[in-house]
Amino acid sequence: MDASVVLKNVSLSFDDKVVLKDVSFELLPGHTKVILGGSGSGKSTILKLILGLLKPDGGTISVNGKRVDTMSEQELMTVRSHIGMVFQEGALFDSLSVEENVGFKLYEEGNIPVDDASRRVQEVLGFVGLHEFVDRMPSELSGGQRRRVAIARAMAAKPGILLYDEATTGLDPITAMTVDEEMIKLRDLEGVTSIIVTHQLRDAFFVATHEAVRQNGSIHITQADAQKADEAEFVMLRDGVVSFEGNASELRASKDPYIKEFLS
Amino acid sequence: MFELLERWLKNAVLEVQEYVRLQAATIRGATSRPFYYRDTIEQFDEIGVGSLTVVLLTGFFTGAVLALQSGITLDQFGARPFVGRLVSASMIKELGPVLTGLMLAGRIGSGIAAELGSMVVTDQINALRALGTDPVRKLVVPRVLAGFVMTPILTIIADTVGMLGGWLIAVFQLRVASTVYWNAVIDGLYPDDAWMGIIKPFCLGYVIVSIGCHVGLRTHGGTQGVGRATTQSVVAASVAVIAVDFFVTRLLITLLY
Repeated sequence: MDASVVLKNVSLSFDDKVVLKDVSFELLPGHTKVILGGSGSGKSTILKLILGLLKPDGGTISVNGKRVDTMSEQELMTVRSHIGMVFQEGALFDSLSVEENVGFKLYEEGNIPVDDASRRVQEVLGFVGLHEFVDRMPSELSGGQRRRVAIARAMAAKPGILLYDEATTGLDPITAMTVDEEMIKLRDLEGVTSIIVTHQLRDAFFVATHEAVRQNGSIHITQADAQKADEAEFVMLRDGVVSFEGNASELRASKDPYIKEFLS
Repeated sequence: MFELLERWLKNAVLEVQEYVRLQAATIRGATSRPFYYRDTIEQFDEIGVGSLTVVLLTGFFTGAVLALQSGITLDQFGARPFVGRLVSASMIKELGPVLTGLMLAGRIGSGIAAELGSMVVTDQINALRALGTDPVRKLVVPRVLAGFVMTPILTIIADTVGMLGGWLIAVFQLRVASTVYWNAVIDGLYPDDAWMGIIKPFCLGYVIVSIGCHVGLRTHGGTQGVGRATTQSVVAASVAVIAVDFFVTRLLITLLY
């Protein structure tokens, strides 16, 4: 199986500050990669590099087999149509309603009839449990609702890869759990490849060790079997360097003092 | 000391380079697809109709005070009936374009820098790019086009109400007959003056909006950065209005007169 996302020896510095140094990993289709690390360790930068919002100083980045680090902004537009991103704090467009935010890409591209686009917006808003908020403005939503609208916006155009940048940071545990469940449902029911950047360990382990199953028309979140749990790989970043790569049980068993302190 | 100067120079060159790159991208965006008609019409309304009140008030009072001041001076030479000449020539050649430009620098330049700056610091610009939309085409091109087209229209309106303000003062304060005032207004105008008065606002509108967009998109440093960008935009656009006015006037004098 060809990897969806491949980073090889990626390095990036801003002025004298080294943000990433020799970062390499691969992500297979339908799998989850959880990138852990403290604040300022370069986690979010990796997502921006994958989307081509930033260019690396060295190394290569491939998405669906295509090098994105050498592409022009125009060429990147095609690659970005296969990727959805949930930004920190949502990054919803203030001047647009929830419906316009969620359907932004569908309405902008104009490739599908407005009625179909509107139906898709209702569908994804229903998926995140916010279909009654369709006419609200982002300023009228709570933090958790904004995050869920951001997920709905990222998934509206049915991307194959979803990038979550601190999607649960700052949310109360119950709302964070709702967001975690959305990520699990998208991965297991829609086959979306996910990269989750977070420093919320509880959420990271929950997503890695649970799976969504459809039973009798309803969706249930259950404990994943060992093979499924192993599909979620963890990457620990420390000062821009990968200090660990492996599955949840390997992470828990790690003897590295920094990781032990991080997990405690 | 040398290091500080070097850093300042590097930053200045970088700003110029980024401004020029944005202008090239704007021209490319305005001359190729996709083109955002709805956003462009919204900006025509926001920049044009939204600035009408401030331009009407500025134009009216400028024309009125011009008539008042020149009335006193002209009295010394017994030339009070020529007040209309002074008002029309001053308003159309210089004060109409420059004052409209300064008002727009304050109203539009600051608004654009604050709006785009907020979008940058809240990752909305990155979100636009991630959703496959070019921020220059979606945000900059409609604003620049609206500024380029609406500033001359607003200037003509300012010139007109300025002459009306001058007329009110001339008739009711200086006791100059209405027909004498309007004849003087027309006598004071030459076709070249009208050309100068209409060409300048195109340049000023473009400069004001492009500076607002450039400063807004270069915002960094959170909400404090947005405040800084807003101030920078108003200061830079206001200075640019005066400077561009000088250079365009110099050029037009060479070409027209």
